[in-house]
Amino acid sequence: MPKLPRQTPLLALLLGLLPLHAGAQSAAGLLERYSEEARREAPAYAASAARGEALFHQRGKDDWRCAGCHTDKPVVAGRHLVTGKPIAPLAPAANPERFNDAARAEKWFRRNCKDVFERPCSAAEKGDLLAYLLEQRP
Amino acid sequence: MRRALLLPGLLALAAGPGLAGDLVSPPSPEYREECGSCHVAYPPRLLDGAAWARVMAGLADHFGTDASLASATRDRLAAYLAARAAPSRGDASAPPRPDTSRITTSAWFLRKHRDGHDGLHAALWRTPAVGNPANCGACHRAAAEGRYSEHEIQLPVSTGASSR
Ligand code: HEC
Ligand code: HEC
Ligand code: HEC
Repeated sequence: MPKLPRQTPLLALLLGLLPLHAGAQSAAGLLERYSEEARREAPAYAASAARGEALFHQRGKDDWRCAGCHTDKPVVAGRHLVTGKPIAPLAPAANPERFNDAARAEKWFRRNCKDVFERPCSAAEKGDLLAYLLEQRP
Repeated sequence: MRRALLLPGLLALAAGPGLAGDLVSPPSPEYREECGSCHVAYPPRLLDGAAWARVMAGLADHFGTDASLASATRDRLAAYLAARAAPSRGDASAPPRPDTSRITTSAWFLRKHRDGHDGLHAALWRTPAVGNPANCGACHRAAAEGRYSEHEIQLPVSTGASSR
């Protein structure tokens, strides 16, 4: 049996072992997961809504921004920049379906960060973005 | 050559039931989830098999966006679309131009949506509510369910055009 850090509670350990696609979960749980991942690189990391807000509004390729499709106030419905299709609000307080499926959130982070910033977002950035979105209130 | 093939198709279309009748099949849950988020899940019947194959082979750079999928999901959806695609040739219900994977530039689409037809006019396509011809749901209110019948069209009102 491998030696475990003494202070690791068994439950947290088991949760950590669940694969990312483990199905329904909560936005808060996902934030905790991204934070843990970020702390493996930078032990002092704490998710920051302020950094997340800045990133959400930062212009990237072709002047695209996250806010371009998800609006400057993501508690309201957005609209796809190219196709014009309406997009349900991104903030969990306005749309409880958001971030309740880690695999779906990961899929969209992967694609949308690439479309806007031409690179993947780090766990730290995803934590910041999520902290910002969790702070938004209708 | 092309024209010769097209003509019987056109006649068949004129004689047969409206295309809308063929389109009523709702998208499968997976097709809607994966291909119905940035735009409505387009009716498979509106492109031929070759065009769908091109679309599905290029999802990482899909009309300028990243629509990539896990490969198992992609393969399932490619098969789903291939099985429901328009016949490649001689079917005028959906003749995509050979050089494009778009529905909205096909001769069929342009004819059905020509200026002056049923309240359609050039300015309407550019109103914020529509934005883009590929935004089928702006006018076809049941497009997400795969229904395009004329009874379920409501042109955006912001333009002053009569809605029906
Ligand atoms: C070109 C338009 C566009 C841009 C730009 C964009 N998104 Fe999105 N985003 C979408 C669409 C479309 C969806 C899926 C539709 C839906 O779920 O309602 C989506 C879904 C998401 C989701 C899924 C959330 C969930 O759990 O359902 C996340 C996370 C997300 N976007 C984050 C971002 C971030 C971060 C950025 C900036 C890097 C960004 N998006 C930029 C269009 C966009
Ligand atoms: C990340 C967003 C996104 C996803 C996911 C997506 N698309 Fe698209 N799709 C687009 C954009 C953007 C366009 C271009 C619209 C335009 O320029 O008019 C487009 C255009 C299309 C067109 C051409 C429409 C026309 O103008 O006739 C087809 C066909 C199409 N998509 C099929 C699919 C299929 C099949 C899937 C699922 C495998 C899919 N799309 C998933 C963003 C997306
Ligand atoms: C600006 C509004 C608008 C948009 C956007 C639009 N349509 Fe249409 N569409 C119409 C109108 C108006 C008609 C004509 C209805 C008629 O002839 O009875 C029509 C006709 C059709 C028909 C034929 C129905 C029949 O009974 O013959 C189909 C199929 C169709 N559209 C599909 C689409 C698809 C797919 C898209 C998106 C790629 C789209 N439309 C985008 C307004 C629109």
